[in-house]
Amino acid sequence: MSVLVLVEHDRGVLADATLEAMAAARAMASTLGAPVEALCISAQADGLGGVLAAHGAARVHHARHAILTDYGPEAWGEVRAQAVRARAPAAVVACGTGRGNEVLAQAAARLDLPMVAICGSVDPSRHGVTAVAVTRTRWGGSLLEDATASAPTMLLTVAHHAYDAAAPVAPGAGAAAELTVTLDASLARSVVRGRTERAAGVTLSTAPVVVGGGRGVGSADGFAPLQELAELLGGVVGCSRAVTNNGWRNHADQVGQTGTRIAPDVYFACGISGAIQHWVGAMASKNILAINTDKEANIVTKAGYAVIGDLHKVVPAISAEIRRRRGQ
Amino acid sequence: MRICVCVKRVPAPGARINVTDDGLAVDTAHLGFTTSPHEECAVESAVQLVEAHGGTATVLTLGPAEAEEQLRYAASVGMTDGVLLSIAETEWDPQRTARAIAAAIRAIEARDGAFDLVLFGNESADGCNYQVGVRVAHALGRPMVNGAKGLEVRDGVAHVQREVDGGRETYELPLPAAVGIREGINLPRYPTMKGRLASKKAAVQVVAAEGDEGAQRLTRLRRPEERSSTTVMLGQGPEAAPAVVDLLQELGVLR
Repeated sequence: MSVLVLVEHDRGVLADATLEAMAAARAMASTLGAPVEALCISAQADGLGGVLAAHGAARVHHARHAILTDYGPEAWGEVRAQAVRARAPAAVVACGTGRGNEVLAQAAARLDLPMVAICGSVDPSRHGVTAVAVTRTRWGGSLLEDATASAPTMLLTVAHHAYDAAAPVAPGAGAAAELTVTLDASLARSVVRGRTERAAGVTLSTAPVVVGGGRGVGSADGFAPLQELAELLGGVVGCSRAVTNNGWRNHADQVGQTGTRIAPDVYFACGISGAIQHWVGAMASKNILAINTDKEANIVTKAGYAVIGDLHKVVPAISAEIRRRRGQ
Repeated sequence: MRICVCVKRVPAPGARINVTDDGLAVDTAHLGFTTSPHEECAVESAVQLVEAHGGTATVLTLGPAEAEEQLRYAASVGMTDGVLLSIAETEWDPQRTARAIAAAIRAIEARDGAFDLVLFGNESADGCNYQVGVRVAHALGRPMVNGAKGLEVRDGVAHVQREVDGGRETYELPLPAAVGIREGINLPRYPTMKGRLASKKAAVQVVAAEGDEGAQRLTRLRRPEERSSTTVMLGQGPEAAPAVVDLLQELGVLR
């Protein structure tokens, strides 16, 4: 009985999220007294054995097949289901990314087993090997759910960023093993067919400063001063769901549960009330400065800093002060 | 083209989500309800596809009797008809939900013909289980891709785009297929007065949901510990600008 980790990679490039799944698996495995094993899908992942061993894998299984030319949710899910049938692990762990959740759901459907998604903590000891108690996140993290599940093999995804991706003191042996899989050619139907690359640059999720606007901005044109402040600070403009629903900004700028999760050094929340949907996307910001006419607004009470006033006057004044100090 | 869109009725929370005293549900006494956001976009995708290719689009939900409100709303923006798989509880576990939906779609298809596309939201806003659509698609034997930010149908193939770090991936699913939609794929329209009136007459079939229970049990909902923060007031109005810029300097973001 092992704890088996799904190795998420993109054409052989390891996703950092995999290391979080490894950390979760190590914690479970130590409670169960079981080894951590990893499953690499496609020959493109052949080079990942070393890093997986460094992160505690006692054994690294490689599944190679002609149709595994790129990521494909059905093909990867089927490989995973076959790995569970062949190895009967106590648990299978993936990180709860788009791909991690999708592949595990595909495997769960094929095995007709429960899948407990985006767990923040897992306690296998309380219920024995075939059952766990978990705490999982709901509403994008603003609510926690304690749950139990039982199954011969427990399928779990862990919430992204819930576990520390650092390597452990003791590495694993990382013994390479071949997992023979039989895949129907029809599974190639959902394999990635092509890609379009985006120009590199500062994005919402990586920007050091985000200037966000909400309903209080009032119009698409109202974002011009926010754009100006963002440019002065090498940052980008973000917005709330109310703004994208009004068509003032593109959805790509949305900060929130259904948009982008941001983590800038400073987040300016201008004319934003701070509904749950928005807050869960902004709460990882290191500093939040709310600019709002309502000192009782939820965002004002949650922010580290606040200016009470009309954003249409305050934001241009901040830009003017920055320019003045730069001698412009 | 025949399309089925599966949606979920969810509470529309404001600044805070409260839990009932027994810890088993969200306290909805003071909350309105809405369609889970990704699924609202899935409805819009279906309406646009029917406008472009002709055909019908059925909206389906598993939920309490009140979920008819979300079906009527979908009809008001252009969905043809609705199916309510009624349950006594507010929600079922994800395995059970998927079993009931798959069985219902099979029954509809046996009667009226196959759906070319079955659309879902990427995940529900409240449950966040990330699996019902995938389970239904597998039960129906259809290819499925989640997280779609682009969807076009040409020559019997669903062309799906999904966003990843650094760009977009494209998929080509032969129909019949299933797709999980993400918000941002489109901007859902608001109902017109004519649409609202028509939605009152739209056919909504109510069927008791049937499905064996899954193996995941909720034991308690609770709120995470809140980051205790004392808000530092930097001032009022534009006069606060120097204090703001002092702060930016202190935080090292003013270069």
